[in-house]
This record gives sequence, structure tokens and C-alpha cells, in this order.
Amino acid sequence: MFIDWNQFTPWSALVGGAMIGLAAALLVLFNGRIAGISGIVGGMFTRAKGDLGWRVAFVSGLVAAPLAWQFFQELPLIRIDASYAVLAAAGLIVGIGTRYGSGCTSGHGVCGISRGSPRSVVATLIFMSIGMLTVYLTRHVFQS
Amino acid sequence: MTNLIALLSGLIFGLGLILGGMANPAKVLAFLDVAGAWDPSLALVMAGAAGVASLAFTAARRRDRSYLGAKMQIPASRLIDKRLVLGSLAFGIGWGMAGICPGPALVLLGSGSAKGMVFVGAMLLGMGVFAMLEKGRAGRRSGPVQTGDAQPVDRPDDSRARRKTGNE
Repeated sequence: MFIDWNQFTPWSALVGGAMIGLAAALLVLFNGRIAGISGIVGGMFTRAKGDLGWRVAFVSGLVAAPLAWQFFQELPLIRIDASYAVLAAAGLIVGIGTRYGSGCTSGHGVCGISRGSPRSVVATLIFMSIGMLTVYLTRHVFQS
Repeated sequence: MTNLIALLSGLIFGLGLILGGMANPAKVLAFLDVAGAWDPSLALVMAGAAGVASLAFTAARRRDRSYLGAKMQIPASRLIDKRLVLGSLAFGIGWGMAGICPGPALVLLGSGSAKGMVFVGAMLLGMGVFAMLEKGRAGRRSGPVQTGDAQPVDRPDDSRARRKTGNE
């Protein structure tokens, strides 16, 4: 393992992270809700009608973020190397997995760890290490 | 008003993902690739987010209602069960395959990326299928109470509003 110092962006990472934390803070302090993206989106499929509005509003804000960003400056580089087939499979697995495991990087990783939930700590350790293992296998063991 | 807060929260969340570099799957994969040219940036995104959010959750824990009078819906479960483990395992595999998790996926959708759209479409399909299966499960769950994994588990989004008092 060696650190790629050319790609390391500590300050924008910290400030970007703080903004994510601020977003989670707003949602819990004003709305009493956890900013877990998979929970917010997945809840649209099962929730009663009165519960749908804030979910749609939150997702709209998230989807509008790149548009708002572009209003002031160009979007940073976005590179997706995976093929369409891999993306479709990965999306399906992420959709089912996050609902079955009750959370993703935001719900378990950010909000759960912030409130000291043992469930979320375990979930985060699992998906982080399996994500790393998956990348290790696809890049260094079975690479084509 | 709660909808306006939700919109603003989503917007700030998305801008944070873009600034933090999490909306770029290549950068996320560079974080997960510990055996290659490792980019630790994402760890700092998590640290920055948890640093700010933990202050908010400390304040939230002392309240029964939000500033706008909404119920505090913070999950109370401490159960580590099969669902949590297998679900997180599957999520980790999907995340490692594409470098995309649900939040950044929606930002990619907004950026107009065709690949992002395919991922989001598949993700929504997966969530929809899961919701359908759960509904079927709940429908079949009649008669004597089942034990173990068949018990409903509260999720971050549907736990009852309960003020956490015990050890937390």
C-alpha cells in the first residue's frame, strides 16, 4: 500500500464532509429524521402518502445539487469506468443490500456512527471491508 | 416547512458529496483500493461528516420533538442480526463493483450521466423488489409469532419515535 499524494484532497474532503454532516444535522434537528439516503429513497416504496413529501423534497435537493454547483462553476471530474452491465448489476445489489441491511454509507456510515449505534458501526465495518475486498479481487486478482 | 428543510438538506448533502469527491466513482474506488495507489480522501469526508453530525445527534438525543415540532424518529434498535450483516455484505460488494453508493448515485443522476442513470434505475428496481418481497413476507406472517430473523426489525426510517434513555 502506498498513498497517492497527487490525488489526495484532504481539505475539500474535510469541508465536503462537514457539509454532509450539516445536512444530516438540519434534517435531524428540524425534521427529526435520519439522513440515510437508502432509507429515504427506499421508504418511498412502502410509506403512507403523508410521509412522501419530505422524501421527494430531499431527493430533489440531492439531484439538483450538480445543477446548483454548475451555476457557479464547472463540475469536478466524474469518471465511471464500470461497464453498463456491471453498473446495472451493482445498482441492483446496492438497492437490495442497503434495504436488507437497513442503511448505506450515509445512514450507517455517517449518521449511525455519529450517534454511536453499535449496529451501524458493525454495518460500516462490513461494507467498507467487503468493498475493499471486492476492489482488491477485481483489480489485483482477477483483472482482465 | 419540513419539506423546505428536507430540500435544503438534500441540496447541501449533494454539494458536500461533490466537493468531497464522493460523486466521482473513480475517487471512491481509489479509496477502496488499499493495495493500489491509495487515496485516503474519503476517510476525511467521513470524519468531517461524523464530526459535525455527532454534535447534532447529541443535541437531538436530549429532545422529544424537533425544532419544528416533528417526532424524533431515531432508531433505537441495538440488534445485530442476519439482515444487518448480509445486507451490508451485499451492499459492500455492489459498492466495490462500481464505486457508487446511493447518495452519490442520485448526484450522478442529476449530473446527466447516462451510466449514473443506469445505476440509479437498477438501484430503484432493487429497492422496489425488496419492498414487494417484504410486503409478501408480512402478508404470510400470520398465526403464531415466529422467532429469530422472522421478527420485524426496525430500520433507520421506520422505527417508532421513542426517546432513547438507556445506554446511549
